[in-house]
Amino acid sequence: MAMTGDGMPGVTDRRSLSRRALLSGVAAGVAGSMAAGPAAAETLADVPPREPGADLGSTSPRSKYVSIGRVPEAGPTVRNVDPANAINSKTPLDKLVGQITPADLHYERSHSGAPDLNPAEHRLLVHGMVGKPLVLSVDDLKAMPSVSRIAFIECTGNGWENWKKADETLSVQNTHGLVSTNEWTGVRLKYLIELVGKQARSTWMLAEGGDAAGVARSIPLTEEILEEAIIAYGQNGEPLRPAHGFPMRLLVPGMEGNVNIKWLRRLKFGDQPWMTRWETARYTQLLANGKARQFQLRMETNSVITSPSGTMTICPGYNRITGLAWSGHGRIAKVEISTDGAKSWNAAQLNAPVLPKAQTRFQMDWVWDGKPTKIVSRSVDETGSVQPDRDAFIALTGNNALFHYNAQQTWSIDAMGAVRNVLS
Amino acid sequence: MPWEPFAMSCHRVLLAIALASSAIAPAGAYDFGRQPSAAEIKLWDIDVRPDGVGLPVGSGSVAHGKTVYEANCSACHGERGVGGIKERLVGGQGSLATSMPIKTVGSYWPYATTLYDYIRRAMPYQAPGTLSDDDTYAVAAYILSLNGILPADAKLDQATLPKIRMPNRDGFVPDREFSDVRPAR
Repeated sequence: MAMTGDGMPGVTDRRSLSRRALLSGVAAGVAGSMAAGPAAAETLADVPPREPGADLGSTSPRSKYVSIGRVPEAGPTVRNVDPANAINSKTPLDKLVGQITPADLHYERSHSGAPDLNPAEHRLLVHGMVGKPLVLSVDDLKAMPSVSRIAFIECTGNGWENWKKADETLSVQNTHGLVSTNEWTGVRLKYLIELVGKQARSTWMLAEGGDAAGVARSIPLTEEILEEAIIAYGQNGEPLRPAHGFPMRLLVPGMEGNVNIKWLRRLKFGDQPWMTRWETARYTQLLANGKARQFQLRMETNSVITSPSGTMTICPGYNRITGLAWSGHGRIAKVEISTDGAKSWNAAQLNAPVLPKAQTRFQMDWVWDGKPTKIVSRSVDETGSVQPDRDAFIALTGNNALFHYNAQQTWSIDAMGAVRNVLS
Repeated sequence: MPWEPFAMSCHRVLLAIALASSAIAPAGAYDFGRQPSAAEIKLWDIDVRPDGVGLPVGSGSVAHGKTVYEANCSACHGERGVGGIKERLVGGQGSLATSMPIKTVGSYWPYATTLYDYIRRAMPYQAPGTLSDDDTYAVAAYILSLNGILPADAKLDQATLPKIRMPNRDGFVPDREFSDVRPAR
């Protein structure tokens, strides 16, 4: 598979394609996935000679030919903001391959900025309905038995650009960039619970961050959460990045991003939710009748085609469709793709490994006949949960909910090959 | 202290060796960390529940709250909780079922205790935790009065705040999956 200069697979610049197609005389569509960047080597004789490379360094920067980054944004429709006014920064899903998000490109959402905490001065207080309250340091956590888990984290608001209307200038980074998948390493919550001797009657846990806002969420202590939650200090094999909770954070696989408390400094055990601002005023979903769903913690079955996707341009002929699917219920079981506006569907190939509560890469070959059409994906997970189409989803939720949007994402393609964000 | 994955303070190693009856003895609570004093816990134990548990001693009036609000809050939230550059705090009652819902403390928040908890933990944005307990009661009272929930001569304390019935108290439907969490272990 060829990569264009910015690291984006499969889709190319129309001008360089046309030039190449003319020069080589091959079918435009096949050339489309093979074309190189602007300074392409047209024959092997044009490829620069080999030469000694850079000295070794303590870290490895990206190639200067790779242009890839997150995009800081504010609320829905509030884009291109000064970073000081941004509330989140979105992952460039259109430029990533595989299933793991590089740590520095993992989406970021914070409520009062990312503090850069000194681990020597950071403490975790575990108290409430426990036999033995504890103060733990980062070193204490690192000395305990550890586990690693590859899991997605998704902001509760991912997809919120498309609740009411579709701005056709949006990329998949804008529409779906608030989800990422990393490997997280740390101590099982269950291990800590046994250390402190949680009382059996305690059914909820307050998790609180050491950021200025002291973001705090009540976590229901279900069997699933007790089994799977981790107090993490590692991210993709290295210490957490400050933006992602250094030196320790909570990971609750499959549940909305906000409960995965970053900069974790307190766990308090109780027998009822605390009704913090974030679980009442903020991450609750307003229905059409004016009532709001509360503690809708699980992120639902979802998928999106990342290429071709909004703002890209494709050529007639062969195109490989690829994207990501994920579900807070478990593993992705099936992804289907329609290239005729949801009239007919074909199964996509799932790339291994297909892990529970992690993003799964899917792909499918497609020959575009050059006629305007719409492409869309839908996923089903191992529990049988199906990603809904937009009309069914809105019929159930109304369009004031703001959070937990998991409707199928449709991209329209016009006769020129321009790909645009549409509602359905 | 630098970040060293396998660093462990030496006194603990010696203690563990001295106490362990075998090399594979399971860890106990004080193999890791230490027991906090009650005074230490109190420093960090800032959460407030809907039943009022966690509210500190103290009180504040609507009138004093206006002064506190104008000194600490109005720059972001607007002169009377409307029209600021950050979240609107006042109004919107009756808007939740329309196509343009306005979610504020008055129209949306189900518990007044959450207001105290949130102001105490997170506000003012640049210096959270700097308002006194009395000032926090006062500014909560003022915001509630702007929303028509408290009269202008009201005063709040740890007994009266949890008794306030917010207009949208019954506006929330708990998700079926997490509405009845039973003891799991």
